[in-house]
Amino acid sequence: MVNLGFSIGDLHFRNPVLTASGTFGYGSEFEDFMDLSRLGGIVVKGTTLEPREGNPYPRMAETPSGMLNAVGLQNKGIDYFEKNIYPRIININTNLIVNVNGSYIEDYIALAERIDKLDKIPAIELNISCPNVKMGGMAFGTNLDSAREVTREVRAVCSKKLIVKLSPNVTNIVDFARVVEEEGADSVSLINTLLGMAVDVQKMKPSLSTITGGLSGPAVKPVALRMVWQVANAVTIPVIGMGGIMTTSDALEFLMAGASAIQVGTASFIDPQASVKILDGIENYLKTKGFTDIKDIIGIINRK
Amino acid sequence: MAKCIEDLRILEKKRLNDDFFILELKGNTKIPDFKPGQFVQVRVDGSSETFLRRPISIHDVDYGKNTFKLLIQIAGTGTRTLSKLEKGDSLNIIYPLGNSFSLPDTKEQVLLVGGGCGIAPLLFLGKYLKSNGCVPDILLGFRNHSRIIEFDEYQTIGNVFVTTEDGSMGEKGYITTHSVLSTRNYHRVYCCGPDSMMKAIASYARTKNIICEVSLENLMACGIGACLCCIVDTKKGNLCTCIDGPVFNVNDLKW
Repeated sequence: MVNLGFSIGDLHFRNPVLTASGTFGYGSEFEDFMDLSRLGGIVVKGTTLEPREGNPYPRMAETPSGMLNAVGLQNKGIDYFEKNIYPRIININTNLIVNVNGSYIEDYIALAERIDKLDKIPAIELNISCPNVKMGGMAFGTNLDSAREVTREVRAVCSKKLIVKLSPNVTNIVDFARVVEEEGADSVSLINTLLGMAVDVQKMKPSLSTITGGLSGPAVKPVALRMVWQVANAVTIPVIGMGGIMTTSDALEFLMAGASAIQVGTASFIDPQASVKILDGIENYLKTKGFTDIKDIIGIINRK
Repeated sequence: MAKCIEDLRILEKKRLNDDFFILELKGNTKIPDFKPGQFVQVRVDGSSETFLRRPISIHDVDYGKNTFKLLIQIAGTGTRTLSKLEKGDSLNIIYPLGNSFSLPDTKEQVLLVGGGCGIAPLLFLGKYLKSNGCVPDILLGFRNHSRIIEFDEYQTIGNVFVTTEDGSMGEKGYITTHSVLSTRNYHRVYCCGPDSMMKAIASYARTKNIICEVSLENLMACGIGACLCCIVDTKKGNLCTCIDGPVFNVNDLKW
């Protein structure tokens, strides 16, 4: 028997495989393909105070070993979430985490207060790293003072576990991890997408309506892994690693670099069962290598 | 109908011309009851150049043989790679996906309009209509005589009208100029093809005050309503082509 569980403070996860926000809907989109309760957690679609239509089409472009997206946080807002989505998903037996977004600090605070009242949501993921919105989003996650302020203000109203999702579009991501840890974040998740772009040479136009968008998929994995390794060595709170994880081996790299857990994102678009296949793969790997607890491999490359 | 992901065997491959080919896939177990207008998401080869799946319409279904066909146009790297598959190879697909065309009253006069790869879903739709007592007219547009594909197949379901740009078969010109649109009266029209063609047919339908449904081909990542990439700007807000479509009533679109 292998112990796969990990914890953020007193919040227990049955295993370290979560699904990344914006790539797994509200979970129910994937219920035909797997038993959702097998997952360590589901981070649901980014939610805002008001409904958002997102960016115009086209908002996606395939790129070598990855994709660009510029969805722009399309969602029906917190009222709709509370009334229509929350009651529908609370029976999914795993940790449901809401990814929280805003244009102003007040939005983040108001949203965190609302979600704090939802019993079946044990944690929020504070998204200060969305590259596809005109206001807020990444602006908070690329300025140390803003990152500090929004984390402090949300911490003050949030009794749930607070995970802050970091942007890779900064000079030194470690500084941001340290700042949000100082302000009381219980965990950091990284990386959000890397800002990128593509041009359609036939149409002689940008491939995305917004010109730039967020790059995800295997193309970003080495960058993500490097950042996770740096952050895991700099903070004491658990690090949730993500960025181009497609296979068991990819997931193990993040765990060995110091991530306590991982999120599967873009892979779910290509194989809706990717997350549970990776989970099975991690368990098999540990058994084969004779480990009894996943903690034995977390950050193993950093041990002397 | 529950969606599933499976490796299916290619029972037959038929090359129609330089641009088009058909893959006939055999179910491992009983194939699902497809609805006309639905599609599958095909895994190409997992290479770095063809990272995402490709959405492909159901072209034809044979429940007796437990097979279904995909009509594919070589339009880029992904479809070119798919064109190299041969009989006996397997293909990873997610299916069945999407909504379906609404079904007419049997007394209705129905027109199917297709251009390019847009003719693909109309064969299965036409066969479905015919088996439910409604024989449709079919209007297909091609560049020239040598580009005509699946003509005999469409003839088995109703009256086929053709336009070619050079007049080498049927009426010379484009679908939107074919005389059948002015000489015959229809209650309902189903259309799939290039956006400009669908918009012209939508405008024809609006003028005649008849029901018009179109099948859209937006770029897609997941195909199951998770990524929100394939959106259509509708009067009801942004909807996903993959789960709210691919079939839309043109009255719901902002065309």
